[in-house]
Amino acid sequence: MFALVFGALVILGAIYAQPAAREEIVVVLPSPDGHTGTVIVQRGGERYVLNQPFAASRLTGEQSFGVALEALPVPPTTFLLYFVTGTDELTDESKEELKQILAELKHRPVPDIMVVGHTDTVGELEANDLLSAQRAERMKGFLVEIGIPGRQIQTAGRGEREPLVPTADNIDEPRNRRVEINVR
Amino acid sequence: MRWTLLVGLLCFAAGAGAGEVGQIKAAKGAVFLERQGQRLPATVGMPVQESDSLITGADGSAGVTFSDNSLLSVGPGSVLAIERYAFDSTTHSGQFEASLKKGTLAVVSGKMVKHSPDAMRVRTPSAIMGVRGTEFVVKVIEPGS
Repeated sequence: MFALVFGALVILGAIYAQPAAREEIVVVLPSPDGHTGTVIVQRGGERYVLNQPFAASRLTGEQSFGVALEALPVPPTTFLLYFVTGTDELTDESKEELKQILAELKHRPVPDIMVVGHTDTVGELEANDLLSAQRAERMKGFLVEIGIPGRQIQTAGRGEREPLVPTADNIDEPRNRRVEINVR
Repeated sequence: MRWTLLVGLLCFAAGAGAGEVGQIKAAKGAVFLERQGQRLPATVGMPVQESDSLITGADGSAGVTFSDNSLLSVGPGSVLAIERYAFDSTTHSGQFEASLKKGTLAVVSGKMVKHSPDAMRVRTPSAIMGVRGTEFVVKVIEPGS
């Protein structure tokens, strides 16, 4: 780990090097999944590749970056919930998950939400269009109930047009009876 | 019906407004958006447009979510210019150029960088950073500040 930190410090040193000039510091952070990408810094004719993370603890202890990091918005995400066949009623498992989702959404300031309903291929196309729209609207209802303004929530029904698992017609596929809740 | 859906999806992708490329999700202390020479007090929920500059006072910090899911946030005493932003929500191609004149900046890259690694550039007064799918922080300290 010390080797990594040293590697980054060498680069900082190079940027500091101009006497009485402004200072610039670049630090690459590991993402929450542990993966670290690459930042390529170009300065004059010089080029530095930063692709090693600082230890996370060193950064959170760094007061001057702490405030900016604290202001980072929660990353946009997508939730999937599943339905009982032919209805806009969530499965028992998804009902539990909905509670967690609603709790999480309360922590997001001004969420922009797009709810897209889907069906499996059982039944007629038009009936499925209607059902998928109903599923999306039902979810919107739950979101409005916890205080998210309706104008921030858009809904759409995609019927059986966009299956998660492609199937032949008239196949009862639980994974296709779903809503996607996209939150930004 | 189909058109309504399409338009709805496009609006969501574009952040629901013409010229809107992102939205302020966090604002503490003194935070302003400079737009066409005017300095507007920035509040949570306010749309961010291409060519806006995000400015924070000594007690300020702010975070912005962009339409490609890039996240940018600045700490106190910062000036960040959104010099260029374009994102195609269908192909995920795009271009994002931001410039940190001073202060601190944290960046989490979004969909356009996943699609094409060269899509995002962050400038400081003396360097250019190409962002390759990552999270990073930058600090610019002006002499005498």
